[in-house]
Amino acid sequence: MLYREAGQFKTTYAEDMAIFPIRQDRIALGILLGIAFVGVPLLATFHIWPFNSEYLLWAILLPFLILALAAIGVNVLVGYCGQISLGSGAFMAIGAYSAYKLGTGVHIPLAWFGFAISIPPLPVLPSILLGGLMAAIAGILFGIPSLRIKGLYLAVATLAAQFFFDWVFLRVPWFTNYAPSGSVNAPRLDFFGLAVNTPIERYLLCLIFITVFAVLAKNLVRGNLGRQWMAIRDMDIAAELIGIRPLYAKLTAFAVSSFIIGVAGALWAFVYLGSWEPLAFSIDRSLQLLFMVIIGGLGSIMGSFVGAAFILILPILLNLIPTQLGVPLSTETITHLEFIIFGSLICYLLIKEPHGFARLISIGKEKLRLWPFPY
Amino acid sequence: MRMPDTSEILLLVQGVSLAFGGVKALRDVSFDIRKGEIRAIIGPNGAGKTSMLNVINGFYHPNHGAITFKGQTRAQMQPFEASRGGIARTFQNVALFRGMSALDNIMAGRTLRMRRGLFLQMLRYGPALAEEIEHRHRVEEIIDFLEIEAIRKVPVARLPYGLQKRVELGRALAMEPDLLLLDEPMAGMNLEEKEDMSRFIVDVNNHYGTTIALIEHDMAVVMDLSHRVAVLDHGVKIADGTPDEVKKNQGVIDAYLGVAH
Repeated sequence: MLYREAGQFKTTYAEDMAIFPIRQDRIALGILLGIAFVGVPLLATFHIWPFNSEYLLWAILLPFLILALAAIGVNVLVGYCGQISLGSGAFMAIGAYSAYKLGTGVHIPLAWFGFAISIPPLPVLPSILLGGLMAAIAGILFGIPSLRIKGLYLAVATLAAQFFFDWVFLRVPWFTNYAPSGSVNAPRLDFFGLAVNTPIERYLLCLIFITVFAVLAKNLVRGNLGRQWMAIRDMDIAAELIGIRPLYAKLTAFAVSSFIIGVAGALWAFVYLGSWEPLAFSIDRSLQLLFMVIIGGLGSIMGSFVGAAFILILPILLNLIPTQLGVPLSTETITHLEFIIFGSLICYLLIKEPHGFARLISIGKEKLRLWPFPY
Repeated sequence: MRMPDTSEILLLVQGVSLAFGGVKALRDVSFDIRKGEIRAIIGPNGAGKTSMLNVINGFYHPNHGAITFKGQTRAQMQPFEASRGGIARTFQNVALFRGMSALDNIMAGRTLRMRRGLFLQMLRYGPALAEEIEHRHRVEEIIDFLEIEAIRKVPVARLPYGLQKRVELGRALAMEPDLLLLDEPMAGMNLEEKEDMSRFIVDVNNHYGTTIALIEHDMAVVMDLSHRVAVLDHGVKIADGTPDEVKKNQGVIDAYLGVAH
């Protein structure tokens, strides 16, 4: 009864084209943002349950936010433009290492020409954004094959990006500033004189990033460019015949997607890990992001959040339940059980609703609008 | 029915031949489409009608021949030349963007007329929002015209076939084309749906002055709607003229009914 749009009249197209045209949705979003921006930091500051330790903030919310951001990037490419990519981990790595290099100063000795290019260390924010830009450039380059190959073949081509950059960051010592162990440390997080150190500050920083990027991504996918992407995804021949250029549509999708993934990679390295090695961005990460998008819902910004939450948080919960209930099981048994239950849940969900959580939510909303009547 | 007031030629196809390996889809076909007319292309199955449309909008490239559109002669069209030049089309098997709503499908037809770049769209601010609203107005006019107001927000995959055909016509109209190619717009429809679609086609022609090239198997519809009819059989043009002339043509009767060997 609460979720009813009766009496909400729209008198302009602008109102009709709002992100959330239904008032109840806007209220729900407002409450959610209020909790995220004010509620969580307050609870965490005063160590009120469930924030009595920093565990929830550090181990769950922070990775959730950053990976949800990366999932939005993957969704732009895979969900909206229909170009399957297995190289997301590589683009995260490009974002991370580019931001690292820019944040610690770039020095390219060009001995043959008798001079060297030197860029002094940049502040953290420009480093992160330029890291995203580098990922976008790499994304465009590795997106070029998509003009000729489709579907699974393209997935294999993007896999090349994954292996290539894994190798580059492991073997080319320039990228790690010649660190002997291959592991690098993020520069100090300093935003316009404000140091970001405590978990709460890191959480708020990521929250701001993801809020801004989610709004920008949503604007893109509901505008003209988003329609071009979806047209290419759904019927590329018809799209071409109404004047959509596949080159432009596909490469912008690669660029926007890689930019977002690159920024997420830089945040993952700088804000969450602090110090990292190339293994942090392996093929596992690419697959994890792809699963998030598929389970959350292809072609849905909100689905990216839900998918990230499902993939990231459910295993942790499954792992905690037996301990909390006091069931006497060994740690290995619990880990095995976690894999079994998690795997079967994914299978069950995909059989029940192949379009993921986003579709489940929209079906739920449609039902709710008519409730208590069936139609 | 209103006859077109000019005899100006919009599209001229000269000696077009198209072969796929050993299969000759079109053999030396020539015909013209005059500005403002409804031009039907008919023929038995496999006569090369759809191939002809694909040649016109640049999806197939002919082996020989020339295509003159708006006074410009080319050996072959490119899809982007065709769409930019004002050629729109619908498909025999509905080729809508199935994951998008009816409204978004028709809005996608306005792509060529939308200019704002990635960054303004991302902020959805000022000029980008104004552009979006302006085009929404034009699209709503088309939605009104085609009487599909009730389904504008429904994903097209959920629509019945007849309505999908109508949305596809809407998407083509959104391009504000000079030449509209309709590939069997009435295939698989019942009588009432056919009557609706015929009315829309005549209205588009009258109201917007759009030139229409039409492929259709329902002879009653073709003879009623079109100003001139070209008949293809096995890739060869066997007749061309007004519906009455074509109906009486012995070659056409033979092609459709067959001849005793």
